[in-house]
Amino acid sequence: MVTNVTSLTRSGLSDFLVQRISAVIMALYTFVVLGFFVANPALSHATLSGFFASTPMLLFSTAMVFSTAAHAWIGMWTIGTDYIRDHYFGRHSTAFRMVYQAGCLILIFVYVVWALQLFWSL
Amino acid sequence: MAVILSNQDLNSELARNDHNRKLYRLECCPKSPEEAVGPMNKERPVYLSLTQFHFPVPAIASIFHRITGMALFVGIAYLLWLLDLALDSESGFAEAGAVLDNPLAKLVLWGVLVMLLYHILAGVKHLMMDFHIGDSFEAASRSAYVVYFLTVVLAVATGVWIW
Repeated sequence: MVTNVTSLTRSGLSDFLVQRISAVIMALYTFVVLGFFVANPALSHATLSGFFASTPMLLFSTAMVFSTAAHAWIGMWTIGTDYIRDHYFGRHSTAFRMVYQAGCLILIFVYVVWALQLFWSL
Repeated sequence: MAVILSNQDLNSELARNDHNRKLYRLECCPKSPEEAVGPMNKERPVYLSLTQFHFPVPAIASIFHRITGMALFVGIAYLLWLLDLALDSESGFAEAGAVLDNPLAKLVLWGVLVMLLYHILAGVKHLMMDFHIGDSFEAASRSAYVVYFLTVVLAVATGVWIW
């Protein structure tokens, strides 16, 4: 039996929505950032940091960080509850899944702190 | 990878889908009348033989979406590390450039970016299907091939850009 205690919003319906809204934000961010790199082949440090330090990009990057955290949490939770269950992992699957989930959360935490510190210190 | 968008291709997909349905019935349905009329067992085992089961194209596109998602969860650290280095200082920027002179570092960057592009393209497909755009089996198969095709095109373009 899989319980819902480790999902992001504890509701499948709102997780579904958060997953998709964050996906759109992340796709747009990827498009903008990759576009910037493609448009600036002879890139300098000043141009790069100027781009990311601008207020619109700072806000966009912050939205990207939180979107990534939510998106990864929901995605990894979905994968964990789909595969780490008794059928594949035996009767201790819940314990395995909690360890897996804790690992995911630690990594998400590291990413959020790292990325926010990176962007907001520009 | 065969990028075929013909009807014949879809017909064979449909045929294999029928094969799955038969396989599923064969493995999941009660084998004897006793089993059929007995009290329902709430802990029924799941007999999905993953090796025998044929996965239709949209299912494979979806599995790749998951695999790339998991890989990106780790791969994003590489992108963040490079960006951190490049944004840090003039010398950090030069160092990030030096890191990317290494062919292996380029290959990893290419791999992460291609997985990201695939994940986004398949994500757009899934988002459209959420809105019931192209969510029939035929349309979902066709769009899976379109996602593969665009990924190959963008993978080549990304490779040309990196090298």
